[in-house]
Amino acid sequence: MNPASVPPALETRSLEKRFGGIVASNQVSMSIARGARHALIGPNGAGKTTLINLLTGVLKPSSGEILLDGQDITTLEPHRRVRLGMARTFQINQLFADLTPVETLGLAISERLGTGTHWWRVPGSRPEVVAEIAALLERFRLTEVMNERTAVLPYGKQRLLEIALAFACQPRVLLLDEPAAGVPDAERHEILAAVAGLPADVTVLLIEHDMDIVFTFADRISVLVNGQVFVEGTPDEVARDPRVKAVYLGESLDA
Amino acid sequence: MTSSSRLAAAIAAQFTDRARWSLLEVLFWLVALSTIWLLPDQHLILAEIVIWALFALSLDLILGYAGIISLGHAAFFGIGAYTAGLLAKHALVGEPVLALLLAGLAGAVFGFLTSFLVLRGTDLTRLMVTLGIALLVRELANRFGWLTGGADGLQGIDMQPVLGLFRFDLYGHTAYIYSLAVLFVLFLLARRIVGSPFGLALLAIKGNPLRASAIGIGADRRLIGIYTLAAAYAGIAGGLLTQTTAFTSLESLSFDRSADGLLVLIIGGTGHLYGGLIGAVVFRFAQDWIATATPQYWQFWIGLFLVLIVLVGRDRIGGWFTPLRRLADRVGAWRPGKTRPTVLPGQGGAP
Amino acid sequence: MITILFDGIAYGMLLFVLAAGLSVTLGLMNFVNLAHGAFAMAGGYAALVLVNRLGVPFGLGLVCAFLFSAALGALLERTLYVHVYAKSHLDQVLFTIGLVFMSVAVVDYTMGSSQQFILIPPALQGQVTVLGLDMSKYRLMIIVICGLLTLLLQLGLTRTRFGSRLRAAVDDQRVARGLGINVGAVFAMTFALGSGLAGLGGALGAEILGLDPIFPLKYMIYFLIVVTVGGTSSITGPFLASLLLGIGDVAGKYYVPRLGAFVIYTIMIVVLIWRPQGLFVRRGAR
Repeated sequence: MNPASVPPALETRSLEKRFGGIVASNQVSMSIARGARHALIGPNGAGKTTLINLLTGVLKPSSGEILLDGQDITTLEPHRRVRLGMARTFQINQLFADLTPVETLGLAISERLGTGTHWWRVPGSRPEVVAEIAALLERFRLTEVMNERTAVLPYGKQRLLEIALAFACQPRVLLLDEPAAGVPDAERHEILAAVAGLPADVTVLLIEHDMDIVFTFADRISVLVNGQVFVEGTPDEVARDPRVKAVYLGESLDA
Repeated sequence: MTSSSRLAAAIAAQFTDRARWSLLEVLFWLVALSTIWLLPDQHLILAEIVIWALFALSLDLILGYAGIISLGHAAFFGIGAYTAGLLAKHALVGEPVLALLLAGLAGAVFGFLTSFLVLRGTDLTRLMVTLGIALLVRELANRFGWLTGGADGLQGIDMQPVLGLFRFDLYGHTAYIYSLAVLFVLFLLARRIVGSPFGLALLAIKGNPLRASAIGIGADRRLIGIYTLAAAYAGIAGGLLTQTTAFTSLESLSFDRSADGLLVLIIGGTGHLYGGLIGAVVFRFAQDWIATATPQYWQFWIGLFLVLIVLVGRDRIGGWFTPLRRLADRVGAWRPGKTRPTVLPGQGGAP
Repeated sequence: MITILFDGIAYGMLLFVLAAGLSVTLGLMNFVNLAHGAFAMAGGYAALVLVNRLGVPFGLGLVCAFLFSAALGALLERTLYVHVYAKSHLDQVLFTIGLVFMSVAVVDYTMGSSQQFILIPPALQGQVTVLGLDMSKYRLMIIVICGLLTLLLQLGLTRTRFGSRLRAAVDDQRVARGLGINVGAVFAMTFALGSGLAGLGGALGAEILGLDPIFPLKYMIYFLIVVTVGGTSSITGPFLASLLLGIGDVAGKYYVPRLGAFVIYTIMIVVLIWRPQGLFVRRGAR
């Protein structure tokens, strides 16, 4: 190995997860370059969710390794991985129903700045936190709902808050789990604009069902089938691959 | 003012509004203070109320803010009670305030040690672990009768004056003012803590532990922190009871005390700090009222009340106070010359 | 030594009959019923009144204890418990503690606060020699009755239609309803059966455990231990846990009386932390 080479932003080596007799992730080895827009696709039950849970530490792998910027994070707890620069969104909204967007974002920012354990200060008393919340609200078009409880926000705004919240952790690697899932068409463009507007230096791993989004957004695609990486390549290569069409695209485009 | 600085101001306002005292809160404490002069004959019972309020406040910290159900909170109460009692009885620490701090410390130490047992697990395991720990402590206190007085309780406690100045009297004047002062100080501290980033993170962990960890919040240290703090509060409450009554017994460690503490908190509602305070007033006066009607079977009415409260729905019971709170928010938010904007300034450009 | 083992087994089997109902409601239906002991107490006092005051034969008294507690369980399940199944654990805890407090006060009011014993027929008093060992007749009877009940329970749960319906209902209520199972009725039946067993246990155990108004509080922790230590995947787990608890408690009180219940509580906490799913659960059998 060339010592001068830059390690990939995120790498898995022979990652495997078994539930009893079922192999949900089978020898997954992936390498995602810095700044990549990498999409992970695959039919239902292909193991996409298992893989993202392994990457983020919600599940522990049966064997294999996960490396973030060349550092082994295989056994780290989820919150430690966030501190090392990996954040995620959830396919089904996982937000704090009783907090406002301002408080929600404030939490993530305080945590990142190491002031999250301060028990004496009022959360908004630091100007840099306030400024950052303001920037995030504007970037993700959340200013008009900033004083509302999250539970009452329109679904599209909740999806935006999902992404904003992950982004507030200032990740170098961002995992987006079907960011536009379930969003009505009228609100969809806001989500897509938010995803497209992510800074180029942030590495993005996108898990997505919607082929339009995948092919406009991704510069590299991995196809997961039965827990294994079936095909990996550029969008063109994947689109032309007859095997992919056979197992995946046909089924998905019909849906 | 640029639109971005307006936005920043609105964000800061949201945080500070949350931390600001509402008129109703100020009134609440003024009323509490006024009872010192207005209800001098009731000071004995008021002191008891304050101690219940502190105990329930302590439960609220873990139940209302961290979602931990405990059936054994009396363990910390009792440890505080015996600590204060033993310190006074053997004249180790004569001055009550200092002894009270040590009672809180004893609760905190035990809370810290046992907090590791409630970190993980379902409601059910937490429930049983807390119950088991409390039973264990009670059993210990019972076994070490030479130290604790066993079933007879700890007798012969002679209390020194508070700060060397204020003697405890038969009418409970000193007891009440002392207890109320302690409650107020601890309430201020709790209010500050639950409004801090630490408190906000606790709510996040309670609301959605999965997401909390996904934004980098480690739950363990925070739960240990709040559990230890709550244990300290319970210890101080127990210490207060011993100091104001110059007596403590195994009752301070009993299951009934844990359960009654829960009841007090539930009456007033969880998660807004005042629940335990309001609940204590209702609880103690109901107890008094029922005791005059049917002296022996107080427990039956508590039981009936618990059953009804669940069948009717706790949110609905807590809802009694919602209109009041909303009114208070509206009154509290209004200040001359500065009305709170309903629509964000700068949203539509220049006004 | 043998006597302690024997007493422990009798005690343990009694605990199993007492707690069997709870292992279903708590373990399978995920309902925190802290008031389970109240049904045991109800059965105990029912038998006491019948046998001591009305002169009903002891055996018939036991049957009546079962029926009384079962009826009481069915009644409360249909009228009250059914509204609380879907509520949070905190609500279930508050609700059932409320029931415990009420039952304690009611029994105190009607039966007095002192400990009472059921009159045992002379035929069951004293010792009997089996295989050269002196055994208490009464405890021997407990072992026989409880042993039979355990077998019946095991067969009932695994071999009968009702057993399979119950397992289907606790597994997935919606699917069970889809299969045409009346989930509400199955739960009510189960609850009644569990309460009845507790009542029978309360009556049988009055001689050993004593009977007073704080019975439900005094033994609450024991029932909970049986269920949590035993796990919920089968009735074998709670059965073994009961035996272990019974023998452990009797032996503990005999050999190290100074420690009292200390050992039991400590073991419970350790097990809860070490294996929250229970001691006798096969690993990976989720």
